[in-house]
Amino acid sequence: MAISAIAGASASSRAARTATLIKLSMFVLFLVIWQTLAFVLAQPDFPSFTQTLSALYYHSVSGDLIINVAITVTRVAISFILAMFLGSIFGIAMGARAWFNQLSDSFLIILLNVPALVVIILSYIWIGLVEAAAITAVVINKIPTVAVMLREGARTTDPKLAQVAQVYNIPWWRYMRKIYLPQLYPFFLAAARNGLSLIWKIVLVVELLGRSDGVGFALHSMFQFFDIAGILAYTMAFIAVVFMIEWVCFTPFDARIQRGR
Amino acid sequence: MSALSIHINQLAYNAQNENSSTKASERIIADIALDIKPNECVCIVGPSGCGKTTLLNAVAGIINTQNDDVNDHVSGNIMLQFATPSPTIGYIFQEPRLMPWLTLYENIALVMPKDDPVKITAILDAVGLAAQANSYPNHLSGGMQRRASIARAFVIEPLILLLDEPFVSLDAPTAMQCRELLISLAKLHKTTIIFVTHDLNEALYLGDRVVFLSPSPAHIIHELALNNVYKAYDSAAQTNLKNELFKRFPKILEGQLSQN
Repeated sequence: MAISAIAGASASSRAARTATLIKLSMFVLFLVIWQTLAFVLAQPDFPSFTQTLSALYYHSVSGDLIINVAITVTRVAISFILAMFLGSIFGIAMGARAWFNQLSDSFLIILLNVPALVVIILSYIWIGLVEAAAITAVVINKIPTVAVMLREGARTTDPKLAQVAQVYNIPWWRYMRKIYLPQLYPFFLAAARNGLSLIWKIVLVVELLGRSDGVGFALHSMFQFFDIAGILAYTMAFIAVVFMIEWVCFTPFDARIQRGR
Repeated sequence: MSALSIHINQLAYNAQNENSSTKASERIIADIALDIKPNECVCIVGPSGCGKTTLLNAVAGIINTQNDDVNDHVSGNIMLQFATPSPTIGYIFQEPRLMPWLTLYENIALVMPKDDPVKITAILDAVGLAAQANSYPNHLSGGMQRRASIARAFVIEPLILLLDEPFVSLDAPTAMQCRELLISLAKLHKTTIIFVTHDLNEALYLGDRVVFLSPSPAHIIHELALNNVYKAYDSAAQTNLKNELFKRFPKILEGQLSQN
């Protein structure tokens, strides 16, 4: 029994290792194709992987890349937290209370469909070319998608579990933490995952249009100089940050909410 | 002195249409008056949809005619008189209703005012789940989940325990184990029990008294007091009693006393 358990564990860890190996080799294959293609085409506006790496090194050492990425990450973090917080509250309220949903449903549809660019431009015009306007624009763009997701979550909560809390006189705060919110965690995680990718993209547009620092601004100036290796280097740095966030934040949270389900 | 006296009168769900003022009212319980003695086990038998669960929910306070917050507006009279001012009530539902994201230990700690490891371990031991304390409910069998829900109900040492057809989804031997577990724990804690079922054998086995309900809107059509002679599941004495009952009232399980 114990032996078979150990054998099972090593088999599953072997499977995990194989999966990692496949992912890694696909990544390497992609780099090889990129490098070969760049070599064969030999176009100045299609830099190779190695050229991009040296651009990455140059931009990091000269100082602007790290600072710009840090600034953008900070903007992303602030708007992400704000949008998740406000969007969750709205979404849960809409899902839990029919009258609130009736009241705000058409408002939500409007917000969902106003183009991101319109929100950004209006925000800069009405608030001014300041940091608050940039954050506001991103948050307003993101709130409705979070709200829609959490509304679905709040609608699917099980009233039978609420009855358990009622019968056993479970205090409100404990009910929230142990019964209500755990039912919403999968929706929260889904909103966070696609929220982050959306916010990345919008933050860059916001920076391009009205800020004088950050990755969006840097991309804009590199576009004017036709520095394609630089653009790719920034993209690379960016993707690295996204992967880090996935590993550090989302994967552990995912594992946690999968427990027992 | 009764542990609990229940009088429910003209209980109805009023589903109010949100857009118009029309009201669809569905009367569930016409009139039920029950006096339950301390340590008594009253089994409620009735056809499906007759309001058995509604009766338990009314006793548990899930249905409340004063509460306007619920979506189903309930009207009617619910009179509950308990021997003690605010009695602890345990409820074992039709499904185990354990939180899948909490371990068995956490599920039981959830309903206690204060985390009490000694008590929780003792009750898990009593239902034979001490080894599974750190397992998640979905990793356990149906019988084990059921036993965990029994443990959760007894850990608060309820004066009154409500059960809503709790063993229907189990196979016969597992259901029997759970019934025996229930009896031994109820004896130990001197629990007063209201047990809803549609299985007459189960009612005759567990009950000190069996109450038969009519179809919805429900009222009591017959009561049967039992003594210990019948306390063996599916025994000859029980079969005799059942046959006699069916001879007098062939349609009693459908909630009718008359022949046709």
